[in-house]
Amino acid sequence: MQLTLKIWRQKNASDKGGFVTYPVSDVSKDMSFLEMLDVLNENLTEKGEDPVHFDHDCREGICGTCSLYINGKPHGPLQTTTCQLHMRSFSDGQTITIEPWRAKAFPIVKDLVVNRSAFDRIIQAGGYVSVGTGGVPDANEIPIPKTIADLAMDAAQCIGCGACVAACKNASAMLFTSAKVSQLALLPQGQVERKTRAEKMVAQMDAEGFGACTNTGACEAECPKGISITNIARMNREYFSAVVSSENV
Amino acid sequence: MSWVTKTLSSTLGKKLLMALTGLFLILFLVVHLIGNLQLLLPDNGESFNLYAESMATNPLIKVVSIGNFAFIILHVIYSILLTRHNKKSRPIGYAETAASTNSAWSSRNMGILGTLILIFLLVHLKGFYYEIKFGEVPMVDYAGIMYKNVFAIVAAAYSNVFYVVFYVISMGFLGFHLSHGFASAFQTLGLNHVKYSPLIQKVGIGFSILIPALFALIPIVMYIQSV
Amino acid sequence: MILDSKIPAGPLAEKWTKHKFNSKLVNPANKRKYEVIVVGTGLAGASAAASLAELGYNVKAFTFHDSPRRAHSIAAQGGINAAKNYQNDGDSVFRLFYDTIKGGDYRAREANVYRLAEVSVKIIDQCVAQGVPFAREYGGLLANRSFGGAQVSRTFYARGQTGQQLLLGAYSALSRQVANGKVKLYPRSEMMDVVMIDGHARGIVTRNLITGAVESHSAHAVLLCTGGYGNVFYLSTNAMGSNVTAAWRAHKRGAYFANPCFTQIHPTCIPVSGDHQSKLTLMSESLRNDGRVWVPATKETAEKLRKGQINVNDIKEEDRDYFLERKYPSFGNLVPRDVASRNAKYVCDEGRGVNETGEAVFLDFRDAIKRDGKSTIESKYGNLFDMYKQITGEDPYQVPMMIYPAVHYTMGGLWVDYNLMTTIPGLYALGEANFSDHGANRLGASALMQGLADGYFVIPYTIGDYLASTPPKPVDTTHPEFQKAATEVKNRVDQLLKINGKKSVDYFHKKLGKIMWNECGMARTAEGLKKAKAEIKQLKKDFWSDVKVLGTNEELNLSLEKAHRVADFIELGELMIDDALNRDESCGGHFREEFQTPEGEALRDDENFAYVAAWKYMGENQEEELYKEPLVFENVKLTQRSYK
Repeated sequence: MQLTLKIWRQKNASDKGGFVTYPVSDVSKDMSFLEMLDVLNENLTEKGEDPVHFDHDCREGICGTCSLYINGKPHGPLQTTTCQLHMRSFSDGQTITIEPWRAKAFPIVKDLVVNRSAFDRIIQAGGYVSVGTGGVPDANEIPIPKTIADLAMDAAQCIGCGACVAACKNASAMLFTSAKVSQLALLPQGQVERKTRAEKMVAQMDAEGFGACTNTGACEAECPKGISITNIARMNREYFSAVVSSENV
Repeated sequence: MSWVTKTLSSTLGKKLLMALTGLFLILFLVVHLIGNLQLLLPDNGESFNLYAESMATNPLIKVVSIGNFAFIILHVIYSILLTRHNKKSRPIGYAETAASTNSAWSSRNMGILGTLILIFLLVHLKGFYYEIKFGEVPMVDYAGIMYKNVFAIVAAAYSNVFYVVFYVISMGFLGFHLSHGFASAFQTLGLNHVKYSPLIQKVGIGFSILIPALFALIPIVMYIQSV
Repeated sequence: MILDSKIPAGPLAEKWTKHKFNSKLVNPANKRKYEVIVVGTGLAGASAAASLAELGYNVKAFTFHDSPRRAHSIAAQGGINAAKNYQNDGDSVFRLFYDTIKGGDYRAREANVYRLAEVSVKIIDQCVAQGVPFAREYGGLLANRSFGGAQVSRTFYARGQTGQQLLLGAYSALSRQVANGKVKLYPRSEMMDVVMIDGHARGIVTRNLITGAVESHSAHAVLLCTGGYGNVFYLSTNAMGSNVTAAWRAHKRGAYFANPCFTQIHPTCIPVSGDHQSKLTLMSESLRNDGRVWVPATKETAEKLRKGQINVNDIKEEDRDYFLERKYPSFGNLVPRDVASRNAKYVCDEGRGVNETGEAVFLDFRDAIKRDGKSTIESKYGNLFDMYKQITGEDPYQVPMMIYPAVHYTMGGLWVDYNLMTTIPGLYALGEANFSDHGANRLGASALMQGLADGYFVIPYTIGDYLASTPPKPVDTTHPEFQKAATEVKNRVDQLLKINGKKSVDYFHKKLGKIMWNECGMARTAEGLKKAKAEIKQLKKDFWSDVKVLGTNEELNLSLEKAHRVADFIELGELMIDDALNRDESCGGHFREEFQTPEGEALRDDENFAYVAAWKYMGENQEEELYKEPLVFENVKLTQRSYK
């Protein structure tokens, strides 16, 4: 395959940045998208040009490190991570536009690499059950209905890649935040801190500068793990009932 | 900040206000439509005029209508606040987007649709509400009592083809706005459930077609009657 | 120096309890005066950092990722073992201990492994309390599945994403401590060296991956939780960033490296599709619960299949060779990983391999789907099947999967004593970065167990013993040793940037990988290893004279990062070969062709090689010195492993 890549290049956070067009040839359909970029980078290195920087690590679709807004969609045309996207999803001669995630809360570090530490801070605001190591009851002393455990797992599958933010027209982090709020609201272990958690995580999400939710459903449609927006509804419920009933003034 | 203002200035709080005001306005649409459909009764506007009179004099209706205006204004103000916030959340946009593959057009353009509906609303209020309240309205005699002939004003307006077209197109905008807004309001309130959400979706779509269509039917029929 | 493993005396089952009691304690008011550095935020690192912070220590946690949640522990699929005996099928701490020792082909320490089995039950309790959504039965209690190398069901799992859920659990505990101010996080920071003051580890030097700044961080103890070194093979199931650098730099500062040649080759990976391949993808071993492994019975059939003359689903039952079920009737498809991998290699070497390259065997779900229905299989393995389809473009519900062994885990690592301390006082190694618990082969679902055992339940006790005898005076980063280490790092960066040769870093990495896979992979010979050693020596020379690293230090520079890592991999590769050459026996993942039973099974030499080989760095381009820690078995009888 022969392809034309239109890639966003930006030296650092303060650089203005712009698109640069690169032709690539000898692309095999069995390559993953990132392997195709590896080929480009090997060629650039050979020519003495700075390779294109992008985030990636496990290349198995689970670590959530890879990103890329490909032809107008986060993680490209399929509902998967970029590392699991293969070149058979593209056609010979195609032009592919590659942009970084765009959000105020995800500042660009270099080229296609963005800083997603805002997500970490949202979790730090309350995305946990406050139990220390040791001194916990036997695992089977907390029976959990299978359906509830499954729902919690559905939400817990979030890989924190940020595709939801990238896809959302408002750069909202509702899907990410609600996935964690939901998981812990569903489980008995999360009940003790349920109200405070919802309040704090939403406050942190806002403080990071993410947008509001318009319920377009784009996040769910693009989430590589298929996290449902029912979690957003659950978070709204959790939040509203928390603010009216919690002791936090 | 008190917890109330803090909540209402959060993204979720703002959305809550949008949803609640939106749902109220949806209710208002139903009431308004039932009243307006009397325009189509073959009684030369008598029931409609009597209805208009009762609306203008009933103190409860007065309170509700003030509330209605307040909700419209809140809905508009909060939409502006949210839009500004959302724009700030992505200062640099994408060069290329394929948003149509992941979301409905109307859901992404609620602001534009809302603005168009607002323009319609202003014209609508100027043409009818203002005229009836402050303009010169011909009177009509029913059983010895004089009533404002509101029907005559409406009939006059709907004999203007441009006005009818404007009205019908605006109802189209309303339909698109509702097609997302109806179910979206429930989602924002957190009312999402495997058993009921599919029903809410369907009712929302039905509502967004039926209500604007009936609204649009009135000027069309009256225009046809006028020629 | 004699390696002192510090294994407590007394009966096996009482060692850990006694040891905990005998360990010195740091009183709560003093804990806040101590600083601990944790490098790596995977299962071991995140759990250790969180647990130590909960105790009151001030923790600095470092990761080269952008977030602690990205660590490669996240990719573990199948599950985590624990001797809960919830299934009433005869499991016990002793059985888990026994299975692990036997699975490791009797090359692990009894005391460590027993402790691992003992704390395994607490791990599950801890994770459940954190909100980890393990799979459950309809009654609301925890579900289990079985795994290779065991005849009981003791594996807890969260769909095919157990590692993810456990890591997110540890990450949440870590995040809580970050919020509490007890842990300071340093993301996108790569450890470049250990700083030693008066013979003790007292800090590290890192490179900020975004600004290039070389930074000094001091502490009273340093924990390396930096994972394994499988990427020395270039192609492995490890993440692209997984590297040996932290461990290797510690090694060069005096930490012995133990059993480096013990690598695990995982039997169920997606086969290589071409030269462009950047990494291999594992399909969880749990698939072997229901999938049947086979190849065509004859070379001729295999050849026709490879040429596309026949369809796989048309091959008749009698023309299929379910070779694992045939050779190992009692364990069948669930034999340990090393056995499964080696047998796949054998049938492919015989010319019966199945994909275009001839290096693949089938993993077939046809019978399982017939027996349990597609929906049952889908609920168990749906995400794995989807992943397979995405990568290969083939639907495993319709045609059998193709699999081939790939490098997956490294049992070797920094030598540690019973307290998890390396040969450098104050420097600890946890999780895959140490060598301690898996011997020559790791059983499935045991890596997660070990990482969390070390972090949650071992280090919080053992570190106190060391810190109690260390004065809590703050360590000063202006100490000349910090300056010295930082200067060395800067010089190395300059050196790499100055070479400006012709070949990319990846070129050298791929070349190293080929040498290692061919000569130090699934099967090894003295002759091949000697050849490989010469090749690696040459490769090292070429690297330092011909590598091309672009850009500057003062920016995010992926090729510079990689150059550091590959340079260390090359040196490690040589040590692995030395170790493989030294070990004149076959055991677990280390298979020397010269040493095998008539049936082709690994032939151990317990008389001469029942020891841990710990290597001491002797200086640039010097041969490393071997130290032996004898393995004493008092509770198990050493036998030829049999899974027949």
